[in-house]
Amino acid sequence: MSEAVGHVVIVGAGHAGGTAAALLRQYGYPGPITLLGEEPIPPYQRPPLSKAWLKGEANAEDLALKPLEFYADHDIDFRANTTAERLERAAKKVVLSDGSELTYDSLILATGARAIALPIAGADLDGVLFLRTAADAETLKARVGPGKRLAVVGGGYIGLEVAASGRALGAEVVVLEREPRLLARVACEALSDFFKGYHEVKGVAFELGCSVTAFEGEGGKIAGVRLADGRVIPCDAVVVGVGAQPNDEIARDAGLECARGVVVDLEGRTSDPAVFAIGDVAHRPLPLYDRMFRLESVPNALEQAKQAASAIAGRPAPAGEVPWFWSDQYDLKLQIAGLPFDADRILLRGDPASAKFAVFHLKGDQVQAVEAVNAPPEFMMGKQLIGRRQPVNVDKLADPAVSMKEVAA
Amino acid sequence: MAKITYIEFDGTEHQVEVKPGLSVMEGAVKNNIPGIDADCGGACACATCHVYVDAAWQAKTGTKSAMEESMLDFAENVEDNSRLSCQIKVSDDLDGLVVRMPESQH
Repeated sequence: MSEAVGHVVIVGAGHAGGTAAALLRQYGYPGPITLLGEEPIPPYQRPPLSKAWLKGEANAEDLALKPLEFYADHDIDFRANTTAERLERAAKKVVLSDGSELTYDSLILATGARAIALPIAGADLDGVLFLRTAADAETLKARVGPGKRLAVVGGGYIGLEVAASGRALGAEVVVLEREPRLLARVACEALSDFFKGYHEVKGVAFELGCSVTAFEGEGGKIAGVRLADGRVIPCDAVVVGVGAQPNDEIARDAGLECARGVVVDLEGRTSDPAVFAIGDVAHRPLPLYDRMFRLESVPNALEQAKQAASAIAGRPAPAGEVPWFWSDQYDLKLQIAGLPFDADRILLRGDPASAKFAVFHLKGDQVQAVEAVNAPPEFMMGKQLIGRRQPVNVDKLADPAVSMKEVAA
Repeated sequence: MAKITYIEFDGTEHQVEVKPGLSVMEGAVKNNIPGIDADCGGACACATCHVYVDAAWQAKTGTKSAMEESMLDFAENVEDNSRLSCQIKVSDDLDGLVVRMPESQH
């Protein structure tokens, strides 16, 4: 059944919200659509902010998901600089930051996540930066360059991509990580070691297992990062990349079921059938892994935008996806398919020293996830094996001389 | 501007003007043309912008990089004239280009 004539209000104009609006029109949805964005510009791609954009290889127009005129041309009421303050579900109404109200028939919460700040002294100094929005990237770009010293707190993907871009721009870069290894939360040890070595060759310094206790300033401006062992790492700017938390307050306040984000089903629908939640803010089912999880990635945002837009436009739900991720650093292309849940062994295919290898996470003879560095065949075929839940011959998989097509045959 | 015709798997044609410098993929996405997903936004990381280039245009669209070749090798329904449209840069030379889409990008 189509929910086809009502007013769709989309709160949040990131990759998920912007895509949902465009897909609704692509699917022929005829009703009015209002898209509310907190930022001053229409939806854009965030991944290049830490890569091509930071290096000056892409501009704002390149990053836009659609040209500005697209929204008017397709009768989408896009409102910049607008947030929803409150949700009144009984009246099917959102109260906006300017005090006005909008009534909806279907509501899509695509409010995303925000960078986690460190609750330490000096966190409000000029030059303590985050990287989430185009405005953040603009600020950072103005502060990195030859001779500048950049400290990065957090050795995750954002931190490492910023480090790589910082080096490309000629800055001195040091990465400070609390865990004893990089990417501790998201990747296996072999990959952590590989990335550390590769970044070191490119001139990035690392402090692992260190605790940041304060940001030190001079005249209100960042001058250094103090560590628990008493040392102060001097810097001209610091980027804090220690994770994100979902912007789910509006949903919690309205009594929608929440866990690590807003709980949704495979249509992106929350505990209120008229309200959907998609993208970074959603805690969603992952049928392949038989569990609920919150994912922060563009492919996840797109998938859930498809789910919600399909449900609202009365189309069949999209076929289930294999979650995937990518990261570009220097000349390295990292592609990850699946999630390493329940894996009981890790198998290395290829030689990390050649900067072309893959790490497979296996549960028995089934692939749960693959992390591929400059190895598209392992990524592409691994993704298909995960989606089909197809058992593999582990001995063949371990032998790089056996092609991935033969492994999957 | 280059006029590009995108033909969906079901035969639906979309003719749009694309600015030189953009990729063939961006020309489709920015015009909201269905059938080209482009999940990764042009990073050559996902192979969801697969198209077939009409024979007359194959030479003008250039050659595949090793990365593109490698990604396409594992995509579905690949033909000799398969390309990843994010890797074809639009220029005035491509005015009149016709590309067709596969049944599915996933």
